[in-house]
Amino acid sequence: MSVPDLSVDLAGIPLRNPVMTASGTFGYGAEFAAHMDLESIGAFITKGLSLEPRAGNPPPRICETPGGMLNAIGLQNIGIDAFAAQKLPFLRAVKTPCIANFFGETIGDYAKMAARLDAIPEIAAIEVNISCPNVKKGGIVFGVDPASAADVVSACRAETTKPLIVKLSPNVTDIVAMACACADAGADAISLINTLLGLSIDLAKRRPTLANVTGGLSGPAIKPVALRMVWQVARAVKLPVIGIGGIASASDALEFILAGATAVQVGTANFVRPDAAPRIVREMGDWLTTNGVDDVKTLIGALET
Amino acid sequence: MLTESFVLFNTEISPGYRRMRLLVSEAFVRKAAPGRFVMLRVNDSTDPLLRRPFAVFDTGAASDGAYFEILYRVIGRGTAMLSEKKKGDILDILGPLGKGFSLDDSAGEKLLVGGGIGLAPLYALARKLREASSTVRLFAGGRVRGDILCADAFEAIGVECRFTTEDGSIGERALVTQPLVRHLESLDIGATIYACGPEAMLRAVAKIAACRAIPCQVSLESRMACGIGVCLGCVVPGRRHSVRTPDFRCVCAEGPVFDAREIDWKMSQ
Ligand SMILES: Cc1cc2nc3c(=O)[nH]c(=O)nc-3n(C[C@H](O)[C@H](O)[C@H](O)COP(=O)(O)OP(=O)(O)OC[C@H]3O[C@@H](n4cnc5c(N)ncnc54)[C@H](O)[C@@H]3O)c2cc1C
Ligand SMILES: Cc1cc2nc3c(=O)[nH]c(=O)nc-3n(C[C@H](O)[C@H](O)[C@H](O)COP(=O)(O)O)c2cc1C
Repeated sequence: MSVPDLSVDLAGIPLRNPVMTASGTFGYGAEFAAHMDLESIGAFITKGLSLEPRAGNPPPRICETPGGMLNAIGLQNIGIDAFAAQKLPFLRAVKTPCIANFFGETIGDYAKMAARLDAIPEIAAIEVNISCPNVKKGGIVFGVDPASAADVVSACRAETTKPLIVKLSPNVTDIVAMACACADAGADAISLINTLLGLSIDLAKRRPTLANVTGGLSGPAIKPVALRMVWQVARAVKLPVIGIGGIASASDALEFILAGATAVQVGTANFVRPDAAPRIVREMGDWLTTNGVDDVKTLIGALET
Repeated sequence: MLTESFVLFNTEISPGYRRMRLLVSEAFVRKAAPGRFVMLRVNDSTDPLLRRPFAVFDTGAASDGAYFEILYRVIGRGTAMLSEKKKGDILDILGPLGKGFSLDDSAGEKLLVGGGIGLAPLYALARKLREASSTVRLFAGGRVRGDILCADAFEAIGVECRFTTEDGSIGERALVTQPLVRHLESLDIGATIYACGPEAMLRAVAKIAACRAIPCQVSLESRMACGIGVCLGCVVPGRRHSVRTPDFRCVCAEGPVFDAREIDWKMSQ
């Protein structure tokens, strides 16, 4: 059999394979150049960007939990100006699509960010984070209410012709209602899930482990929740879905694809192995070959229930 | 750099403390400068999920290649799993990472201050400094005799050692900062301090150095996930930090060794 076809089309962006790296776990890309071949993955997503630079939350910001970790980084980032001034030459040199993740504190901020990113040719698509659970003034208000989420998406849609990906929060009762609201407001793709809101307690100190008290749970522990949400959303909306949550192997990634994801993002696994994403690409090819599948696209949504 | 490496030995050197030697490449050893660290994966399951950070304790040439050592204390699940590794087992290493000690060329004494397992990065440093014929003194403190590690190794390379314990079971019954201050008071040439240990000790050493305008480098510990500066989980407040104008430094990428003046010692965890 010939080499299996791993390429997919994500809302008009051709990807050499469906494996991308998730926002906040991959820096601005360059940090990983020493550890892996950036041109072996489908695309990479930047750390969440905002109009102004942000210093983030006080420490401790992270703690390990069974099969996962909690983080309350507080959306620390260099800001759009520094990003545009410093990071673009690197992006120009890498032949892999870069997707910019961003957030704002008001609808106006979101719209301004969408406009700024729209003007940057090195950015292939934009991913709007309406779902960060960490910052009191942050995305949370938008991400849990379908009407507010739709307002953010329409405001961004008006400012960009680039593919607009909306990244959903899992901290809602009805994920399908959120996805439908975003689709109706003009999103080109839906990515899910962001981290699940959690709490860790240091019993000896009788205090929360994180200075922020609560944090976002990520890693293998959240995979079943993410898979379930991807499956529900993929059946309900016509847009391509990007599966995120606890992916650490090709089998994890392929399960998301079966559940309906067109592509996936690898997050926390990058911390365990900086070459996690390229390994998944390799193993995925091997799996397809072993199982006689010549095109990964035939697996998208092929779950039999 | 990701390396799969053979365990050469993993020996208990004092109750609850171990020294582990790993076979690595010469390229690895060249990068393993004093004060840098590695992220070790204690098993290949998802529990525990994250790697564990350890300082470069020693490096050298072995009969069958180059080697690298860590000195560690068994305190939790990850280090307990590490303590079970045997000769011939394979360990997955990410590193060497971070910014190590800067070896300042100025004359004067090099004063190493270690609290408990904080001694770990100081041995590689002592060797480097002794190779340059510096006068190197070690002030090592612990709660009890068993916390004073590898004294022979330091003495064998010509380091003057002073020990303190909280119970007086070895050395002086004092905090490690007491003989340090006495020594500084009697010293009429310059000195540089290099410290690693519990935060309270580092804060006290930083203050002693600041009062006397002595250069001081500290190696910090912080919970970290990635070790390569992307998760931004391991930050500590820097010198210009305030609630309104935060100044955070990333321990894994900007450190773990910092000039003590760069750290905001008011805000402790
Ligand atoms: C740069 C650096 C160098 C270090 N060098 C050494 C060394 O040479 N020898 C040594 O014995 N220890 C060293 N430590 C501390 C060592 O990393 C911890 O003791 C170890 O991670 C504990 O893991 P555990 O699973 O046994 O403990 P647990 O308490 O079960 O660990 C739970 C989580 O907390 C983290 N954690 C717990 N204690 C620490 C700590 N003190 N610092 C950072 N993270 C911690 C763990 O990595 C893990 O993610 C170093 C830490 C850092 C940051
Ligand atoms: C340390 C850390 C920082 C993150 N930062 C962001 C961010 O800036 N923007 C965002 O949309 N998601 C962010 N995320 C969420 C991830 O992109 C991803 O959605 C989530 O971690 C679930 O995937 P995983 O289980 O593979 O990590 C962050 C996650 C972690 C662990």
